[in-house]
Amino acid sequence: MTSAPAPQPAPATVRPSGRAVVGPATEPVPSGATWRVKLRRDRSLLLMVAPAILLVIAFNYLPMFGTVTAFQYYDFIAGFLASPWAGLDNFRALFADPNFWQAFENTLVLSMVQILLYFPVPIALALMLNSVLSSTVRGTIQAITYLPHFFSWVIVVSLFQEMLGGAGLLNHALRLHGWAAWDVMSNPDTFKYLVTAQAVWKEAGWGIIVFLAAIAAIDPSLYESAAVDGANRWRRMWHITLPGMRGVIVLLLVLRLGNALSIGFEQFLIQRYAVGTQAAEVLDTYAYWNGIVANNYGLGAAAGLFKGVVSLVLIFSANKLAHLFGEDGLYRGQR
Amino acid sequence: MTAATTQPATATGPQRPGRATRPSWEERPTFLGQVVKSAALLVVVGLVLFPLYTVLITSLSPSSAVNRAGGLVVVPDGLTLQAYRTMLGGGTVTRALVIGLVLTLVGTVVSMVVSVLCAYGLSRKGSFAHRTLLLTLLVTMFFSGGLIPSFVIVANLFHGYDQYWSLVLPSAVSVFNILIMRAFYQGTASELIDAARLDGAGDWRILWSVVLPTSRAVTAVMALFYGVGYWNNWFNVMLYMPADSEKWPIQYVLYQYVSQGASMPGVGTNMAGAAVAATQAPKLSLQMAMLVLTLVPIVVVYPFVQKHFTKGMLVGAVKG
Repeated sequence: MTSAPAPQPAPATVRPSGRAVVGPATEPVPSGATWRVKLRRDRSLLLMVAPAILLVIAFNYLPMFGTVTAFQYYDFIAGFLASPWAGLDNFRALFADPNFWQAFENTLVLSMVQILLYFPVPIALALMLNSVLSSTVRGTIQAITYLPHFFSWVIVVSLFQEMLGGAGLLNHALRLHGWAAWDVMSNPDTFKYLVTAQAVWKEAGWGIIVFLAAIAAIDPSLYESAAVDGANRWRRMWHITLPGMRGVIVLLLVLRLGNALSIGFEQFLIQRYAVGTQAAEVLDTYAYWNGIVANNYGLGAAAGLFKGVVSLVLIFSANKLAHLFGEDGLYRGQR
Repeated sequence: MTAATTQPATATGPQRPGRATRPSWEERPTFLGQVVKSAALLVVVGLVLFPLYTVLITSLSPSSAVNRAGGLVVVPDGLTLQAYRTMLGGGTVTRALVIGLVLTLVGTVVSMVVSVLCAYGLSRKGSFAHRTLLLTLLVTMFFSGGLIPSFVIVANLFHGYDQYWSLVLPSAVSVFNILIMRAFYQGTASELIDAARLDGAGDWRILWSVVLPTSRAVTAVMALFYGVGYWNNWFNVMLYMPADSEKWPIQYVLYQYVSQGASMPGVGTNMAGAAVAATQAPKLSLQMAMLVLTLVPIVVVYPFVQKHFTKGMLVGAVKG
């Protein structure tokens, strides 16, 4: 990414050896000939890349153009070409909808809570695991903790339901001891913490991998000299391990901030019924419900476009912030 | 852990990671510290395993045990496979499981073929249009059309509504996975590839007999990633195939049950009325059996691939 290439690769003078193959007089321009030779030489490589490129064009690039839906009164039967233009009407309707602003606010709040409460967990776990000497124990704990990463949100939410829900294990135990039931799963007030707990349960183990790799990359002799100088375990962690992880921490934080508007779509969609839209509607679920369920494609696409633009601004700002802290962040402009 | 720490440092030296030896300069940990750390790690592991254990035990419990526990069973009290016999004896859940497995298998094969070919096709620097093609892929990591436009394109332009291909093709390519594989191919096999080319092997030949055999780890991990993605994919079913419950894979059936809080499909209409009465498996056990069946493919494949994670992933991540 950093060295963004020119759109066209320079064709000339790449492969002088190509001259030997090119014979016919119908090719007067040598640079064109090199281009052709290269094309012929790499034709099987191009054939290999073709399926992926076709899929990406069909399912990633076409939808980008499909964003015109946001400016249309999209009619499913008429399609893109025949649907009437709406100008900015969809956006006017969007910004006038209090539910949209509620969804926007929920998204931001839930994101911030997750960054504050989720983000430190894998770091702490990685530090703790790193201090375990036996690689067997360490490997086993890692294998167990990243298993939930591979469960779908449907499974995670149903496991939480069985443990903490109204008919779940926790409430059964509470009732057995004569205490009042405490239904965590359908309480809008504590929903943000519930969602964060689910995210921690599912992803914290997976998050460890990157941090452990960052710790492993730290020069071990630093620890030894620090220990010789009298720094104890905690001071070594504070002055060597954590600074050594700083680059990775900042990078992941930038990514997280950039994705602040895309948190847990599936997670919220599943629990939207139980908790209610007031607490569980986020931008993505708003777009889904208004766009696809309520058939207002233009409004849904407008919400999606709004989210996309704000996300782009967020990721640029987060990256700028990383530079201010003296880290590389996600990318660096050429200088 | 305790056993490891009592061993004296052996001659192999302290710098080898994964070796259970403490460097000579490091102070011995305090007893209290060890206890606290072990307890914390046990709690973490327990938090992951306990729900799975309870669900499994409940799915295996006869109705007497479920009634006595008044809900989920923690302490096993007689085990039976009744719930699984009911679930797998034909009917909604059995069909949904088969659909889910077939979709996962087909999808993974499609994704892997496309991705391996693409990763190898882009692995040689200076090949024709190499940077343009790479950029074409990279752009999609930063910009996307969003949910509604994607839906409109697939469902309306390509007529993918209610078609199984719309559960596979739109998510068949993960640019991230391709980049990791590409980095791996560039890093591990370059000398071998050069040697093979000198011997006159073409690109298809090189990919099949040199690159793939030397990169089994990354292939296994990527296949797991894709496979898990397809197995867990219920949202695309909700988008493109919500009407026809006969076509649903298992995850979406489970979603219906979780999110609507409805009586479990499969226990409700088609097979269940008769089947449940006949077999006497309690409803809760049936539900838990369904949850377990949804977990089984992942838990079965996971250990075989798990050992490759660090090898297969980090090479890609580091080279980015």
